[in-house]
Amino acid sequence: MSGTVCPECDAALEIPADVMENELIACLDCGSELEVIALDPVQLELAPEVEEDWGE
Amino acid sequence: MHIGVLITHVRAEEKLLLTALRDQGVDLDVLPDRDLLFDLSAGPEQLSSAGRAWQDYDLVLERCVSTSRGLFTLAVLDSWGVRTLNSYRTAAICADKARCSLAFADAGLPQPRTLLSFEARTTLGAIESLGYPAVLKPVTGSWGRLLARVNDADAAEALIEHRQTLGSYNHHVYYSQEMVDKPGRDIRAFVIGERTVCAIYRTSPHWITNTARGGVASNCPVTPELDDLCQRAAAAVGGGLLAIDVLETGDGRLLLNEINHTMEFRNSSAPTGVDIPAEVAAFVLAQASVPV
Repeated sequence: MSGTVCPECDAALEIPADVMENELIACLDCGSELEVIALDPVQLELAPEVEEDWGE
Repeated sequence: MHIGVLITHVRAEEKLLLTALRDQGVDLDVLPDRDLLFDLSAGPEQLSSAGRAWQDYDLVLERCVSTSRGLFTLAVLDSWGVRTLNSYRTAAICADKARCSLAFADAGLPQPRTLLSFEARTTLGAIESLGYPAVLKPVTGSWGRLLARVNDADAAEALIEHRQTLGSYNHHVYYSQEMVDKPGRDIRAFVIGERTVCAIYRTSPHWITNTARGGVASNCPVTPELDDLCQRAAAAVGGGLLAIDVLETGDGRLLLNEINHTMEFRNSSAPTGVDIPAEVAAFVLAQASVPV
């Protein structure tokens, strides 16, 4: 685990040790979906909004 | 062996798949679609964002959540002779509900009655002929998004006017379908190569039972009937790694609804007891090892 803060609400976030670059995680405080854009050190951005062609 | 994995971002499924592939000792390049840049006037000697020539991948696994980016990328790689899962042909059929319905029909497979039209007048006639309630779907879409249960003619007129006025050209293609009175659930079956490895029921009080919309997953036995239907459906679209959605009718028949080519499975390993990412990883490795 390592720590950083939510870019939306500034809440402290615990980052799992096995986190991957481009992984989506959620801020448990504000509910924002975040994307890990760098690992060393961990940097987060708000995840992109769902687009119309997204899916499975 | 070199495997590329195309992603939009890493969701639960991609994390499970990347972990399963790495557990098998695979040399992986994770390739975010935001970094892709193809010179269409050149060939597969050009480098991926990981610095490897595209022609040096034994296989590229497409896991983009962006359907359009995934499809264009598969089209490029297919043109260059790079092996992919799924194939461009399979993905292009599955990404388009109309083409998928045509593939089912060509193979003589059971599906709800489905009509395609382009104008308000013909679409109203199509829905009338199906009877109320009917279902109106976008030809491209997922997660139950923009599905409409059309309960009467007033609703049909309003939906069509909204789509004509507010929608892009994609929404001016009308895919109307008979409403199947399913028993509060549908079936999602996972086909890997020539095996139906497991299936789930997706149960919901809502008529849309996608797990993305709150449907609850539970184990569905893979009966010989379900297995046979799924194998024939997979073959109809070219095969690969597929999630096949099946509807049960009141009189016990199974109808094909659609096939998904970048399947989500985060909620399905636990109820079925099948390690889906491990199954996918093993299939990817086996396919990558087949001589070209």
